[in-house]
Amino acid sequence: MIKVENLKKSFGLNEVLKDINVTVKPQEVVVVIGPSGSGKSTFLRCINMLESITGGHVYIEGIDLTDKKTDINKVRTEVGMVFQQFNLFPHKKVIENVMLAPMKVRKISAEEARAKGLALLRKVGLEEKAEAYPDSLSGGQKQRVAIARALAMEPNIMLFDEPTSALDPEMVGEVLEVMKQLAKEGMTMVVVTHEMGFAKEVGDRVLFMDGGLIVEENIPSELFDHPKEARTKAFLSKVL
Amino acid sequence: MDFRWDLIVEYAPFFAKGTLLTIGLSIAGIVIGTFLGLLIGLGKLMRNKLLALPFNWYINFFRGTPLMVQILLIHFAVVPPFLGTTNAIVAAIVALSLNSAAYIAEIFRAGIQSIDRGQMEAARSLGMTHVQAMKFVILPQAFKRMIPPLGNEFIVLIKDSSLAALIAAPELMYWGRAMQGQYYRAWEPYLTAAVIYLVLTLSLNFLLTRLERRMATE
Ligand SMILES: Nc1ncnc2c1ncn2[C@@H]1O[C@H](COP(=O)(O)OP(=O)(O)O)[C@@H](O)[C@H]1O
Ligand SMILES: [Mg+2]
Repeated sequence: MIKVENLKKSFGLNEVLKDINVTVKPQEVVVVIGPSGSGKSTFLRCINMLESITGGHVYIEGIDLTDKKTDINKVRTEVGMVFQQFNLFPHKKVIENVMLAPMKVRKISAEEARAKGLALLRKVGLEEKAEAYPDSLSGGQKQRVAIARALAMEPNIMLFDEPTSALDPEMVGEVLEVMKQLAKEGMTMVVVTHEMGFAKEVGDRVLFMDGGLIVEENIPSELFDHPKEARTKAFLSKVL
Repeated sequence: MDFRWDLIVEYAPFFAKGTLLTIGLSIAGIVIGTFLGLLIGLGKLMRNKLLALPFNWYINFFRGTPLMVQILLIHFAVVPPFLGTTNAIVAAIVALSLNSAAYIAEIFRAGIQSIDRGQMEAARSLGMTHVQAMKFVILPQAFKRMIPPLGNEFIVLIKDSSLAALIAAPELMYWGRAMQGQYYRAWEPYLTAAVIYLVLTLSLNFLLTRLERRMATE
């Protein structure tokens, strides 16, 4: 479970997140939409402290990330993240990408990590690419490996930051498929995406962000079909 | 002009010994310099500017003053209190190592900073500590990019080690000067030295090019 209270984030004088309050329940899938620069990525990155938090609190499973005593590395093992640019480790084979963190952080044996890694690659449909290097993969394949790599730490929560935005259109589907599967298995997910079909099919809730605030939130069908706020309407009319 | 091949033949054993010491000094310089350079480069990258300051000034000093001054300082001022006497070879190794460490620190810093910051973020998001992320993700990639500039530094060291002749470390250039002093001839000793330096640097260059090509296809 994620609980965000009065979250504020500034870069210098630029206040990017103004006052964010959100609770994500276990097994819930929350989709975040909003114009470029509205603070969606920053919001996501505050949830696993890739950005330092300027004000307010973020709780993961009840643990306050802003508490100095919190072991942030431990919390991060519970929160997987998938990036727009994949960020696979190019010097490591696909299977090594997936095995690295479980071996070094969870200290499990190489055999166990490999077996688990292969199972995860099978799950994302890429077992036969285990010995390939990331450079030889298509964008869609890279992103599926990145998902498998995050899942290898057995997180309770997965964060996705525009996971299909860097992909050629024909590869978007294969990545969304994997994410839908995860949602069906009950993974708690926060997904920044403009894939309305995905949001409607698996999203429990949609947050519309603009100017560092959550302007409107609702169940997907309501937010997309009957937006209440003028800013939401303006944004949706441009995107849809 | 008569060229005295016979003098070169006579001096050949000395040139051979000198060449070995030149190679030795350069290897010691690059090995120790790489080790120190990594530490200093990481030091300069520390987020706490106050802690990074000494590393920054180390680099400024050794890159901003002539190697000749450094060699003389180390030989006559720094080494004697430690050893109780001067020692040209020790001083040469210390000076070359400390000097190359400054350049190598910059090579490391540039190499580390050239790695996309998404790599560090991906590693940290998986729960790795900063040190683990450096060790398993950033440095292996950075090392690969550092090989060409490190090779360059090695070549520079081979040439710069000739300054050790000033403090009478019996390397290649020392024997060249000795030969000139003995026979009052300039072409034979210095051309011989030049050719040997050229063979050393060109062979190293050849090896590095092959290494780079192999790494590129990997
Ligand atoms: N590391 C950073 N340093 C300074 N400003 C940043 C940084 N990251 C993001 N910003 C600024 O924060 C604002 C929100 O960015 P971001 O969260 O990436 O928006 P979104 O993901 O919605 O496009 C932008 O104005 C951006 O320029
Ligand atoms: Mg973004």
